[in-house]
Amino acid sequence: MRRLFTYPYILWLAIFVIAPLLLVVFFAVTGTDTYGNTYFTLQNMGQFFEGIIDDQPFFQRIYVVITMRSLRLALQTAVICFILGYPLAYILASKGFRNKPFLIFLFIMPMWMNFLVRTYGWMSILERNGIMNNFLRLLNLPTIDIMFTDSAVLLGMVYNFLPFMVLPIYTSLTKMDKRIIEAAQDLGANPRNVFLRVVFPLSLPGVVSGITMVFMPAAATFIIPNLLGGGQFFLLGNLVEQQFMLAGNWHFGSAVAVVMIILMIVSTFILSRFDRQEEVSEGGMRL
Amino acid sequence: MPRLIELKGVSKLFGKQTVLNHVDLYIRQNEFVTLLGPSGCGKTTTLRIIGGFEQPSSGDVFFNEKSMLNTPPHKRKLNTVFQKYALFPNMNVAENIAFGLKIKKVPKAEIKEKVIAMLKLVNLEGFENRRVTALSGGQQQRVAIARALVNEPEVLLLDEPLGALDLKLRKEMQVELKKMQQKLGITFIYVTHDQEEALTMSDTIAVMNEGEILQIGTPEDIYNEPKNAFVAAFIGESNILSGKMLQDFHVEFAGVNFTCIDKGFAKNEHVDIVVRPEDIRITTPDAGMVNGVVSNVIFKGVHYEMRVDAAGISWKVHSTVQSPTGSSVGLVIAPELIHVMKKSVSSIEDNVS
Repeated sequence: MRRLFTYPYILWLAIFVIAPLLLVVFFAVTGTDTYGNTYFTLQNMGQFFEGIIDDQPFFQRIYVVITMRSLRLALQTAVICFILGYPLAYILASKGFRNKPFLIFLFIMPMWMNFLVRTYGWMSILERNGIMNNFLRLLNLPTIDIMFTDSAVLLGMVYNFLPFMVLPIYTSLTKMDKRIIEAAQDLGANPRNVFLRVVFPLSLPGVVSGITMVFMPAAATFIIPNLLGGGQFFLLGNLVEQQFMLAGNWHFGSAVAVVMIILMIVSTFILSRFDRQEEVSEGGMRL
Repeated sequence: MPRLIELKGVSKLFGKQTVLNHVDLYIRQNEFVTLLGPSGCGKTTTLRIIGGFEQPSSGDVFFNEKSMLNTPPHKRKLNTVFQKYALFPNMNVAENIAFGLKIKKVPKAEIKEKVIAMLKLVNLEGFENRRVTALSGGQQQRVAIARALVNEPEVLLLDEPLGALDLKLRKEMQVELKKMQQKLGITFIYVTHDQEEALTMSDTIAVMNEGEILQIGTPEDIYNEPKNAFVAAFIGESNILSGKMLQDFHVEFAGVNFTCIDKGFAKNEHVDIVVRPEDIRITTPDAGMVNGVVSNVIFKGVHYEMRVDAAGISWKVHSTVQSPTGSSVGLVIAPELIHVMKKSVSSIEDNVS
């Protein structure tokens, strides 16, 4: 009887997850000739790693450069989100606040606003004659022109993805057994040692899922670089979008998507290794 | 013996609820003191105040005659074995035990030596590299004890450390803990709701209820001379009856005038009477001080527990000889086995079966 209830989900997964994935892989390894016939080829995949000119060094090849830039920006986003998010989560999780639910509400509220609207908002702040520069001019300070740069994209990504870092860390901190912290104090650990030796190591699962939840969408996003990077800022997400929407080359677009999937699997695997270490110590293993 | 720890007029309120009400207690060096009481009586709060995890709302706590109120837990010279152990799940057995020493920056070689010695003491040799989560309850419990003892504290606080263990293991650990305490000469402050555990291990028992210490004394004192009906009912099994002190050495209960060895009560003062079930002797019908009929017999292993309906009271009687259900019997109670107590403010007689 219970199995019966799983069939709709299996059907759902088959139609909306497995079939599209197979289609993407199918397009990635096929081509279409001038007569509209489909044939098998690895050319799309190869194209991703090819240079424009012969003997171009690997890391100067255009798509490799885009990949590295995407990964670097995603990593920077994750690191900055961690540096900003951990103390925030820690403060939210500590019991010092009287009005904690309200603070958390304030923190989550921007997420109710549409992602696009928020990013457009940043455009009007960062523009050459935007709110920020007008304000700086008012104070007779030099203006900052970071629109359509690396920094603007990074800012936009950090702003949009920060909650995904804070919430898992906050959860792992609040569900931590207070007695363990007391045990550390009892054994002579001052607040600094309690944090470094007990609280932080025990919150690592939250940190790992936070990094995963920031890194993945940051590596794939195309709206933020489109708007704040001004299109010239080419990331993997933009490349896919361009191949499907503008170039109409579904085969190469799919090939890029497949490369991204492989990158995600690899990074998930690396992150899960940290996570698994925690799992073992948290109670899964029996000898 | 000098007083190592002293609580003077300690009260604790959580919001408007009084958890501890003016508790006075002192603990001597090398003493095994047990705080005994039902859940919610304030015994754990008392322990947490001594450990520094809670601040008293009023009153003071002294350690070697110095106030400890402004000393945070990590600077107090005592260690705690927590309820459910609170081991560090991110560390293995050896790292858990070494934690306190590492904090104190003890040389590595010395740490290793002490950890191994500790593991031997708690019978966990060779467990150094095990994950603590892979251990059984009893093993985790011993790691928790080793983790506390390795710091050579002057006082060890234990918060129901055996609560999660099964009966057999609990009995073994009771003996082991008592042995360790005597061997190491450390003061133990032990919290439990298990009266048998308290009687087995303690030098001194403090019986608590509703935030107050009702009686402090040796296990024998507490068992034989309970101060009021609550203590009598909580420690061991008992028949608790309402009575009237006619005059010195004469008390009336169950409609009978008994001779007893208590004196100093007002004439005709209403009192509570405790008679332990094992102190009631069964004799032939009509030869007893009260006579009645056996209504129920339960075999308890060493003895039979019988219910005897006599003089309008259901008496609990323990005897190694069975009187079958329905038989008529007489009950005899010797004067020195009748214990007369002042009536407590709220008589709990009705709650005691």
